Amino acid sequence: MTDMPPLSAAALPDSSSRSLWATALLRLRRNRAAMGSIVVLILLSLAGIFGPMLSPHDYARVYPAFVKVPASVEAYPRAADILPAAEQVLTRARLTPDTIRLDGTVLTVTASASRPIDPRVTRYLDRSDLFSNARVTATAPDDLSVTMQADVARYYFFAGTDANGRDLLARILISIRISLMIGALATTVALIVGVAYGATAGYLGGRIDSLMMRLVDILYSLPFIFFVILLVVFFGRNIVLMFIAVGMVEWLDMARIVRGQTISLRRREFVQAADALGVGAGGILRRHIIPNTLGPVIVYMTLLIPKVILLESFLSFLGLGVQEPLSSLGVLISEGAKDMRGAPYMLLYPSIALTLLLFALNFLGDGLRDALDPKDR
Amino acid sequence: MTQPRSPLFELDDIHVSFATPDGPVEAVRGVSMQIARGETVAVVGESGSGKSQAMMAAMGLLAGNGQVTGAARFNGDNLIGQSKRALDRIRGAKITMIFQEPMTSLDPLYTIERQIAEPLMVHGGLSRRKARARALDLLELVRIPNAKARLGAYPHELSGGQRQRVMIAMALANDPDLLIADEPTTALDVTIQAEILGLLADLQTRLGMAILFITHDLGIVQALADRVYVMRHGVVVEHGPTDRIFAAPETAYTTMLLDSEPTGRKAPVAPEAETVMDARGVTVTFTTPAGFLSRPSAPIHAVRAVNLSLRRGETLGVVGESGSGKSTLGRAVLQLLPSEGRVSFLGTSISGLDRSAMRPYRKSLQMVFQDPYGSLSPRMTVGEIITEGLLVHAPELSAKDRDARARAALQEVDLDPAVRNRFPHEFSGGQRQRIAIARALVLHPTLIVLDEPTSALDRSVQKQIVTLLRDLQIRHAMSYIFISHDLAVVRALADHVMVMRDGTVVEAGSTAQIFDDPTSNYTRRLMRAAFDLSTVLSEQSVART
Repeated sequence: MTDMPPLSAAALPDSSSRSLWATALLRLRRNRAAMGSIVVLILLSLAGIFGPMLSPHDYARVYPAFVKVPASVEAYPRAADILPAAEQVLTRARLTPDTIRLDGTVLTVTASASRPIDPRVTRYLDRSDLFSNARVTATAPDDLSVTMQADVARYYFFAGTDANGRDLLARILISIRISLMIGALATTVALIVGVAYGATAGYLGGRIDSLMMRLVDILYSLPFIFFVILLVVFFGRNIVLMFIAVGMVEWLDMARIVRGQTISLRRREFVQAADALGVGAGGILRRHIIPNTLGPVIVYMTLLIPKVILLESFLSFLGLGVQEPLSSLGVLISEGAKDMRGAPYMLLYPSIALTLLLFALNFLGDGLRDALDPKDR
Repeated sequence: MTQPRSPLFELDDIHVSFATPDGPVEAVRGVSMQIARGETVAVVGESGSGKSQAMMAAMGLLAGNGQVTGAARFNGDNLIGQSKRALDRIRGAKITMIFQEPMTSLDPLYTIERQIAEPLMVHGGLSRRKARARALDLLELVRIPNAKARLGAYPHELSGGQRQRVMIAMALANDPDLLIADEPTTALDVTIQAEILGLLADLQTRLGMAILFITHDLGIVQALADRVYVMRHGVVVEHGPTDRIFAAPETAYTTMLLDSEPTGRKAPVAPEAETVMDARGVTVTFTTPAGFLSRPSAPIHAVRAVNLSLRRGETLGVVGESGSGKSTLGRAVLQLLPSEGRVSFLGTSISGLDRSAMRPYRKSLQMVFQDPYGSLSPRMTVGEIITEGLLVHAPELSAKDRDARARAALQEVDLDPAVRNRFPHEFSGGQRQRIAIARALVLHPTLIVLDEPTSALDRSVQKQIVTLLRDLQIRHAMSYIFISHDLAVVRALADHVMVMRDGTVVEAGSTAQIFDDPTSNYTRRLMRAAFDLSTVLSEQSVART
């Protein structure tokens, strides 16, 4: 009767099957800003995870000799500081320096005196903070001149040191780790609690929904800072409390978003179809509602992470967050801000790290939003 | 009508392609057509034939990833490649469009008066008073009853047909030369469709504009159009005067479109077949409970005291316009909605059972929904969708057994079992509806409620689905409750027909009886609007003159 091809798989496009996620990923891949952000995020995460292990300085180690040294690619102490210090030490030992030479980390000194020199003279060098392991390598036959060697510890502070003499780079790396950890963990808490709570309230509807959402309203009305202070008062300062505090606040938004989505999904025919199949409430939530709310949820999540990181920075700035010697980007920035003129690098580098992190997360969030909902552009 | 020297609107070798991740997709491949002043031209084709996209391209309304080449001349000026500002002088003034969906085309926050008057004030430079008077004129022109009172109404207070009339009034506001109507009646009931088509025909004779009619339904073209272009896969396969196309179609595709009304009748079942479903006095009342500060709203009686009885292998067609309560009845019978009355399935009463008590019966009572795009979860594969019911009703089956059942079910609905791992959005509407049917079939049900399963589909696909449903019924001795506003489909499928209006049964009887010898006026009107559109339209115009 017709020349229409029969309806069969032959009429299907030949391209291999693609889920909605796969197509979204394909669209995301063409978004340069988002892909760049993913690379930046991966690098930052690697820096956060492995950076503190690889860094030559421990984030808590204090170098009293190098308080607030500016960022530099030169090694500390500088050669210009070492030679006068060596000269001073020799003078104190009543020796006349003939030559003082610095080869990398080894100081070679030739000195002479009017009286025979005791080999224990090396102790003068050792007593100084700068030198260690001083030894006599050659003594003149008349004992009036001596050649000594001492090791000089030289450190690189690429991002300078803070007001206590701790390496800023190591502290930035550990801060990235803490900030990302808080961001990821608090967001996961918010995600799990918020999605489960919101989907349940939205799907069950009616009185249960009203009750559940009123509870959310009550929690909303608690002043956040007051809540954090209460937690700190009762349980002491603890990084776990930070997760709880931030998570407790952020899941409320998530629950509302998911509930709204669920209410509109509940009216969709595929949910009614599942209902007509006899699928229980749990199955409908698990198989139909939650997977379909994930698009907006993931987008909200990428935007929630920077929000949480900022919240943590804010709490740390107020002194309610992570405690010394641990650090977070918020703490570092707050310290840097105190001496903006004297040591601008102390503000600059942590700020760059935080800005990079937040920009990358926001671009990724925007990219995901576009990729998951292309009609909305 | 003879071909004039210079056409009013002309498409010349229009190509439209869309950039997709899989490379460009050509939606329109070299379409040329002409419309003369005052002429009615229909562009006919199934979904995906590119008929809408060709017009959208000409009007500069393509989606962001669309690309168009060719020329679209209006009074000799090429519209393609013009700036938005230049286009706006023509769009909305000289060429206007009305769209398929009257529900979403109007801004819900504006009154009807504002919707019509604002463009008149902004573009036409009319004063508020003059614009109001003109809006009233226009509403009267499109024959909205009690037009003056309707000026202050909001879109949700109007019915679908009235909203489409308002859309037409807005399109006519600036006296266009060309009205492009993109499936203007697809979302409407048959009787309303007849009225709207009559209105368009009437307006054309009075105002003398050209109408370009985009539709998938050749049936409504015959009564309206002077000439017809038939499109398929982005090209015009045939064009010519309407009479010629209908009398002697040249291509097999046109023949198929003309011939796509479902044919055949259902064979009657043996009289000794057992009764599967028996419902007495089914009543559904919707109320919104009293809220914290609000009083309970007046109850809405969606279904009032409906009786039905169905034997094994039988099909009951439930017919009515939108809002008649037919879908509500279907859901109430399956206990998906709280209802009063007594419903028994195979002799056991199932009325008022709660969710878990109902679960054992769900296996035998299945439902297929209208919208094949909405009824399949977009994040599940076809295999998961089909076997979901098995997780509930046959949890003892292993994943392998379930897979085998899914393959069998897909074969039953003539789909390649290899499609199990694909996602619903990769399928066409007809294929999705087959998947939805497979989902119901996999549980071997006794009764399936089919809620407008063919309404969202092209005519030719409808026909295939109807044939499929008939075959499956015979193979598995299933009973159907077939809910539809499409009388042609019901005639091809049902043993008995129930005509519903405002929640009550107007008329019920065997299919032959209802279709050949309807007793109520309402049924007669439905029949004529569905099967005899030309006569209805000519009578309408006679009545007016």
